[in-house]
Amino acid sequence: MVAYIAVAAVLFALGLFGVLTRRNIIGILMSLELMFNAVIINFVAFNKFVWPGEMIGQLFSLFIIVVAAAEAVVGLAIVLLLYRNWQDISNDNINVMKW
Amino acid sequence: MKDDPRFSRFFAYLSLFLFSMLGLVISDNFFMTFIFWELVGLTSYLLIGFWFEKKSAADACKKAFLTTRVGDLGFLIGLMMIAFYCGTFNFAEVFTIIGAGSVPPVMVTILAIGVFCGAVGKSAQFPLHTWLPDAMEGPTPVSAIVHSATMVAAGVYLVARTMSVFVASADASFVVAIIGVITSLLAATIALVQVDIKRILAYSTISQLGYMIMALGLYGYDSANDIHSPGFYAATFHLMTHAFFKSLLFMGAGSVIHAVHTNDIMEMGGLWKKMKITAPAFLIGSLSIAGFPLTSGFFSKDEIVATTFGHPVFTVLTLLIAFMTAFYMWRLCFLTFFGKPRDEHRYEHAHESPKTMAYPLIFLAFMAIFAGWTGIPALKHGFASFLYHSEPYHPHADWMNYIVSSLVGLSGIGLAYLMYMKKTISPDVMMARFKPLYNLFWNKWYFDELYQATIINPIMAFGRLMWKFDSNVIDGAVNGTAVLTMWWADLKFWFDKWIIDGAVNGAGFIVRMMAAVLKYLQTGRMQFYMIFSMVFIIVMILLKFEIAHIDLDWPMMTALFIAAIGLLSVAARFVSEENQESENEK
Repeated sequence: MVAYIAVAAVLFALGLFGVLTRRNIIGILMSLELMFNAVIINFVAFNKFVWPGEMIGQLFSLFIIVVAAAEAVVGLAIVLLLYRNWQDISNDNINVMKW
Repeated sequence: MKDDPRFSRFFAYLSLFLFSMLGLVISDNFFMTFIFWELVGLTSYLLIGFWFEKKSAADACKKAFLTTRVGDLGFLIGLMMIAFYCGTFNFAEVFTIIGAGSVPPVMVTILAIGVFCGAVGKSAQFPLHTWLPDAMEGPTPVSAIVHSATMVAAGVYLVARTMSVFVASADASFVVAIIGVITSLLAATIALVQVDIKRILAYSTISQLGYMIMALGLYGYDSANDIHSPGFYAATFHLMTHAFFKSLLFMGAGSVIHAVHTNDIMEMGGLWKKMKITAPAFLIGSLSIAGFPLTSGFFSKDEIVATTFGHPVFTVLTLLIAFMTAFYMWRLCFLTFFGKPRDEHRYEHAHESPKTMAYPLIFLAFMAIFAGWTGIPALKHGFASFLYHSEPYHPHADWMNYIVSSLVGLSGIGLAYLMYMKKTISPDVMMARFKPLYNLFWNKWYFDELYQATIINPIMAFGRLMWKFDSNVIDGAVNGTAVLTMWWADLKFWFDKWIIDGAVNGAGFIVRMMAAVLKYLQTGRMQFYMIFSMVFIIVMILLKFEIAHIDLDWPMMTALFIAAIGLLSVAARFVSEENQESENEK
């Protein structure tokens, strides 16, 4: 149990670090996928060790995979549009929401 | 009239009057009658005050309107009682309900007297008779049509139309009869001494209307349920004949006034020679009203006299009034058309009126003689057949009655002849001998003065008091309220400006101040925001442990420490990059 959680925690920390530090938006999206995977591992692990008779954790994992796929589609579409408009997908320059 | 600036308006008023009068006659229920009744009153007001530049005309129309309004109030009360007790305004239904005796007798009496009040006002009966003589300020055609033949007859018509109500109440009928005879006597005595030609005719009208009202009143308490009783027939018959000869007299008077430009009969005289059409027509009218045999007035007046048989007091008074009527009408005729001209200047300028004025006189003179022939007993039904659908009243030839009333009329004419033509009895001597009576009659029994003192003056005083109250208390209260409101408004203005606006502006100011500081947090970089979230998540976790009094074990502490260090380092990197960027921009 602890092993699973430790792997998930490391995976989550790596993903978070990637999200916070990557300049490339595609990199950020990939790091996000890492974080999702950490969450999924957590769900499956808790399902197995805490409520073994139930399927809810696994079900939720499948949901997350589907939602992550959808999110990736939307994210990549945004990236495509950004590139088409600005010929740049580095998030350093995407600060149009600045005051 | 021809050159009057309001010529067209006059005929508009007259048409409106005609409309209302026809509406009044054809309406089959009390309510419509009342509406048209008021319309007639309105047009009467407009027509009397037609020359409103003249103060006397303006006063007269006001007086006429207000006086008739007093009676109309009674009418309205009667109407309300009819609505309350009968639940309908329809004449036939009301008569059926009252005839069936389902309404309390006292209420029927009050109701009938209420309706009669309307008739008293409109037909100028005592005690509301004072307006009619003053109404002669209007144009003469108006006096002839509205105030002698049609509108003032509306009261008689109303009582006749609602006769069944009066039949149901002997007391109400008695009141009607008493009022009628008092009015008739009063007006006849006043007419004896007046010198204004139109006023004499006005009082004569009141007197004749009183006659009719009296006949209507005697109807009910003679034979309670006999629907063909003579009083009803006599009154309506006299109403019809009176319309002809009285409008003839008024038109004749108008013609005379047109010729001599004065209303005072003392300044006339000898006009017979000058006015070959007016004078004979006027004399025919006077013969008719005096009840000269075979004229209209003869037949209708005899019917009224016949009504009073069985009530000796009424018979005597009726004959006395007939005598006075003959006397004052012929006094008027003798003074106007015969004898020597008393004012040479006016006599010189006198002339016959134009044909448009003379021809109606000829027609009316014809009718003044022959209209009454419809009531000749030999005709069996005649005029009466207009009054009922079946079994009309049969006038009876009563030779005794004919002879007596003819003699009374002729003696009245004779006395006038002796006093004003032969001068065998000097009017001046008579005047001196009956000085108090003369004064009483001359001043119209002091009714105007009485009303002035007892009603008008107190009301005016009360009005002035009310005006004082209004101008001081009510206006004071209103103005005081306004001043207070303004003070209050000033206060609220100050409050608004400094407190409310201050709060609003203060809020805006605080927000601006805070925004000036906090806006630097909005970098537009999502990673910056995420770092912020993370930092606060860690802070929250720490807080939660703190609140729950859970001591952190060392791996947790280490993990959080590392995470915090890592986050801060990343944040530091962003901030430094930010500063570099802004420096680059500069």
